[in-house]
Amino acid sequence: MATQHSRTAARLMLAPAVILLLGWMLVPLTMTLLFSFKQYLPMRGGDLGWVGFDNYIRFVGSSAFWPSVVTTLVIVGSVLVITIVLGVLLALLLDQPMWGQGVVRILVIAPFFVMPTVSALVWKNMFMDPVNGLFAHLWKFFGATPISWLSEASMTSIIMIVSWQWLPFATLILLTAIQSLDSEQLEAAEMDGAPPLSRFGHIILPHLGRAIAIVVLIQTIFLLGVFAEIFVTTQGSFGTRTLTYLIFQRVLESQNVGLGSAGGVYAIILANILAIFLMRIVGKNLDR
Amino acid sequence: MARAVTPRRKAVNTALAWAVGLLIFFPILWTILTSFKTEATAIADPPVWLFFDWTLENYAVVQERSDYSRFLWNSIIIAGGSTLLGLIIAIPAAWSMAFVPSRFTKDILLWMLSTKMLPAVGVLYPIYLIFIQFGLLDTRIGLTVVIMFINLPIIVWMLYTYFKEIPGEILEAARMDGATLREEILYVLTPMAIPGIASTVLLNVILAWNEAFWTLNLTAAKAAPLTAFIASYSSPEGLFYAKLSAASTMAIAPILILGWFSQKQLVRGLTFGAVK
Repeated sequence: MATQHSRTAARLMLAPAVILLLGWMLVPLTMTLLFSFKQYLPMRGGDLGWVGFDNYIRFVGSSAFWPSVVTTLVIVGSVLVITIVLGVLLALLLDQPMWGQGVVRILVIAPFFVMPTVSALVWKNMFMDPVNGLFAHLWKFFGATPISWLSEASMTSIIMIVSWQWLPFATLILLTAIQSLDSEQLEAAEMDGAPPLSRFGHIILPHLGRAIAIVVLIQTIFLLGVFAEIFVTTQGSFGTRTLTYLIFQRVLESQNVGLGSAGGVYAIILANILAIFLMRIVGKNLDR
Repeated sequence: MARAVTPRRKAVNTALAWAVGLLIFFPILWTILTSFKTEATAIADPPVWLFFDWTLENYAVVQERSDYSRFLWNSIIIAGGSTLLGLIIAIPAAWSMAFVPSRFTKDILLWMLSTKMLPAVGVLYPIYLIFIQFGLLDTRIGLTVVIMFINLPIIVWMLYTYFKEIPGEILEAARMDGATLREEILYVLTPMAIPGIASTVLLNVILAWNEAFWTLNLTAAKAAPLTAFIASYSSPEGLFYAKLSAASTMAIAPILILGWFSQKQLVRGLTFGAVK
């Protein structure tokens, strides 16, 4: 039983983390919020006063806005579908008895540890380059004309790179979830003559529901912020400008801080809506 | 109990799994192989797989021309420093919430998690401005602090879930046996907490090492870690595949090795304890 004394000590131990995180969150957030209501051009006159909701209207009204939303949704959606479908299949495969399971697991997980700039550049140059890339060699071998991946199939390329980075994460979490499945239940179903497909549909998939939800939410949060992969490949051209990249360009490249900040507020609201769902799941887990 | 399978089925599983595993690993393997080739061999058509004159020249060139070790050192300082700083702040906090919970503990934990979800780009300019104001742009200390903040919620959460698993009865027993608070912390709690702290350190170093949004936006030549160094290869001159591969291999090797040790903790850390 905690005494009054130890409770006070505990509060003091908690305080630095709470105060620092609060500052880290509130100070920049307040600044972004303030800037978003201002005409603020650091290179061209600086702070030019309050403009109300102008930036919010202009950000949404610009011709770049809706395409960037579509691009963002396509990237997030495609990567989610690819990583979860392949992740479930891979997790099922890795769960089977085999020789060298540990080594295979390591091979599958490895891409997750590769820094984003390295994986983007390796894919861009050594695989997707239309002259010297491995894909070009492969296409020529089959008598096809090599594709200039990052300009002709820019979205496909980005989705491939990002999926490769995130497939290990989905696989690892789904595998962990599958391994926690009670194998007796599966054996019982097998003995009762349930075919593999219905064992999967009725026992494994429902069991994976929560893990899939977590993968979706966590990946969505990270995928909305995909940056380095675009920064070192297309720089946002060829229709790969995501919302994150658009805001980055407004703020740092064209130095229109007011407009960019309004975009930032939109991004924060979007992330928060998703965050609420994730918190529900994680919060429920805390009560157990 | 393991399900019984026929050797045939096991062989099929093995072949299939190895094929898929190698396919996924292939880009990394190819990068490592290419790093030992000459530039001419690196772009040879058809590609050369294993039978070429292995050379270490690229590694020497990368180090010589771009002062690779400086970027490596920056990465080590930033990843290590942010982890250490994070631990100093997070250990007492996690400890307090795990052992002396209050009715706000759950809310505080969830709120901490929510700060992790703040999109970086939404606060890019304020941080940039603060960095200029305080002369932190392109400094290691500035980046160390920012990355510490980014990962602090994960550190607190991981430590919390590990501390939670230390049974309180053991502490009480130690107290009954007459252990002083100092002895209790030193001989009972610390040994039990060390595995959890080690896993937390491992995961945090990996995340900090690979962080690429802030490192690209807040550093230039001086404090750039490996993520930013590699990005300078996006607009190269002349033949550079072998050199890119050598630089990439050096940048990812330490983390690949660390990462392989931390697979289990990775799941726990990245799902905030929701999947173990």
